[in-house]
Amino acid sequence: MSQNPQETPVPAKTLLANLAANAYSDAWEAKKRGEKVGWCASNFPQELTTTLGVKVVYPENQAAAIAAKGGGLGHCEHAEGLGYSNDICAYARINLAFMDRQSCEEMNMPMPDFVLCCNNICNCMIKWYESISRELNIPFILLDVPYNSEFETDDDTLEYMWAQFQYAVKQLEEITGKKWSEKRFKEVRDISLRTSRAWLKAAGYCQCEPSPLNGFDLFNHMAVAVCARGTVEAAEAFEKLAEEYAQAAKEGASTYKGEQKFRILFEGIACWPYLRATSAPLKENGVNVTATVYATAFGFLYDDNPLSMMRAYTHVPNAISVERAARMRIDVGRRNKIDGAVIHNNRSCKLWSGIMPEIDRRIQAELKIPTVTFDGDQADPRNFSEEQYKTRIQALVEVMTENKKGKKQ
Amino acid sequence: MSGIEAKLQRFAAIADDLEGQLKKYTDQGVKVIGCMPVYTPQELVHAAGMLPLSIWGSEKYELIEAKKYFPAYISSLAQSCLELGLRGRLDRLAGVIIPVLSDALKCLSQNWKAGVPQVRHIQLVHPQNRRIEPGIVFLSKQYKKIAGVLEDIAGAPITPAGLKKAIHVFNEHRAVMREFTAVAADYPHLISPLARNAVIKSGGLMPRAEHARMVRELMAECRAEPKEPWKGRKVVLTGMLADSPSMLRILTDYKLAVAGDDVGQESRQFRTDVPDDPDPYRALALQWANIEGCSVAFDPERKRGRMVADLAARTGASGVIYLLTKFCDPEEFDYPIMKKEFDRAGLPSVLIEIDQQMRNYAQPRTAVQTFADMLG
Repeated sequence: MSQNPQETPVPAKTLLANLAANAYSDAWEAKKRGEKVGWCASNFPQELTTTLGVKVVYPENQAAAIAAKGGGLGHCEHAEGLGYSNDICAYARINLAFMDRQSCEEMNMPMPDFVLCCNNICNCMIKWYESISRELNIPFILLDVPYNSEFETDDDTLEYMWAQFQYAVKQLEEITGKKWSEKRFKEVRDISLRTSRAWLKAAGYCQCEPSPLNGFDLFNHMAVAVCARGTVEAAEAFEKLAEEYAQAAKEGASTYKGEQKFRILFEGIACWPYLRATSAPLKENGVNVTATVYATAFGFLYDDNPLSMMRAYTHVPNAISVERAARMRIDVGRRNKIDGAVIHNNRSCKLWSGIMPEIDRRIQAELKIPTVTFDGDQADPRNFSEEQYKTRIQALVEVMTENKKGKKQ
Repeated sequence: MSGIEAKLQRFAAIADDLEGQLKKYTDQGVKVIGCMPVYTPQELVHAAGMLPLSIWGSEKYELIEAKKYFPAYISSLAQSCLELGLRGRLDRLAGVIIPVLSDALKCLSQNWKAGVPQVRHIQLVHPQNRRIEPGIVFLSKQYKKIAGVLEDIAGAPITPAGLKKAIHVFNEHRAVMREFTAVAADYPHLISPLARNAVIKSGGLMPRAEHARMVRELMAECRAEPKEPWKGRKVVLTGMLADSPSMLRILTDYKLAVAGDDVGQESRQFRTDVPDDPDPYRALALQWANIEGCSVAFDPERKRGRMVADLAARTGASGVIYLLTKFCDPEEFDYPIMKKEFDRAGLPSVLIEIDQQMRNYAQPRTAVQTFADMLG
């Protein structure tokens, strides 16, 4: 990255914040130029749009930002007024409210000319995007990722996905008038891979003792992994982040202020309306998050074979079997040396939460650690109780303290 | 008791006794494969010489064991299917096919593997890009894999000729059931909403050819009776499930007859035939491609609302009752757009939330009463 040595280096977190914002301003500018702009599912293979140079924005990302800025309730209630049940995912409700209002104070984004949907997150995503497509009368591009009940993804699935990817290329070429380039596709894959590696490397510093980062930082930085994975700037920013963590680890420094007495897995999507309320009780008790599968889900590793890229998109947390999902947590928990786990029983995410009790049992059995579950929601503020959360964290800390005493004896 | 009443009681007894039916056929030495909601290739089970048993949860058991696996906000349909398994009520099954057409069903499939290992889990993933060639090919391959598992369980091969014959049997059954819904609409004084559901539901719990014969006999007896003007109103039901006896009796109480339905457990099961194709596996995949207006089958056009409005117009229904299975998000997503379609068509509609764990029907009763009054 070019930087004048005379100037104070810009910290990675600033670079990342700017990049996340740029992804949206780029889309606005494209819209003003008369280009077609899409709304895109966060786990859709961004290699498609980046290769074609088509700008998209991410409703999930926007919904999280709206919720974090306190706009969740107003949007959810607006969607409920339109007839959407309050049982429906709050990201969907927030976005459908935004679609109806077409602007908001918390975080605006351009209206879509098409939608790109990928159900490796959930099938709720298909229903949500169907509503957008139908209400706005815009094209729907679907990359269907068959839910995998086995540990490995079979070739039939990968071939089906790759055929759809190629079909989606044609659809998007027709919609936008842009032309596909194999050369550019290769470049984008290389860059995306570089970004993913850097992101995973940065997150990997959670393994250090003490961890050079407050685990909640990952929730802030992940937006770039979602929105800009295929850009050199994102790769460079994450490489810088990794360098900073490496340096901090060497010095024993950390963005987590205070003594790190306990290390935990924070399981599930962040509780965006209550980031402070969910992080403060941890901090008060010397608990740092050193493991999460949510943030790192946006690091996709693959080789030159297109089927390998498709495979990477089948391994995201919500597209996999209970065996693989449990293994993912157990492995990161062991690697990142966790003392316990906090599990978000997230009312919005039926798929994530619907197999979590079983995963919880497997984590406890294999890692021999205590876990607590709290009720919350990724974006609807009505489904979280600060008191319950504090009590659960207290209970966890008590058991982790006893366990540490036991180990010392 | 009239012949019609006696026949309807027989259907009701079957519809009400999933476990009894399972015992009856397994006692006869028949291997039985459970088929979970919403769509399963039951023709494959039949072609392997086994009985496909449609399982749509149960109102009978309180959700106790399932709560160890599911949080409260998963639909009671998925939860009660698991509850049956966890309580050992389905141990006589030789296997269970669990399609993963919704997020709750994905969880059901995983929790089944974890909690009910004694009943072999057979995974079925329908492609959602179901109309493009890669989707059709993918599903044909899925069905071939499942056929392999079923052959293993049955200890008998599924031949192409056998599968084609099975498709014929099931298409015939579908045609009979379509005919039955028309007869039920013509004779509401003979076939109540509850009886109508029992006739349909029982079809998933016994051999289809035998069921088709029973339904034909019932229809013949109905047709021998004079048609009578219906003193109440006729409605169309839409939703995933409409088999709660308490709910259906409320319709009768307010003289609402069912003119037609768009219910997951009912007409959606038989309104789309398996088309002709030299390759029977491809034929089955094409049926999935041809399904229209179902909340769990990808449809960016959302034709369902128009289809239901058309059905109401065609059958002379004066309103629509949307029976929303609580926490069933595919159905919850469909509602707002459908409501707009109904309003545009000037078709009165009411939304009623139902749940297999529901014990108090005071709210639905009030809603139905108000709706019936409104229809006049």
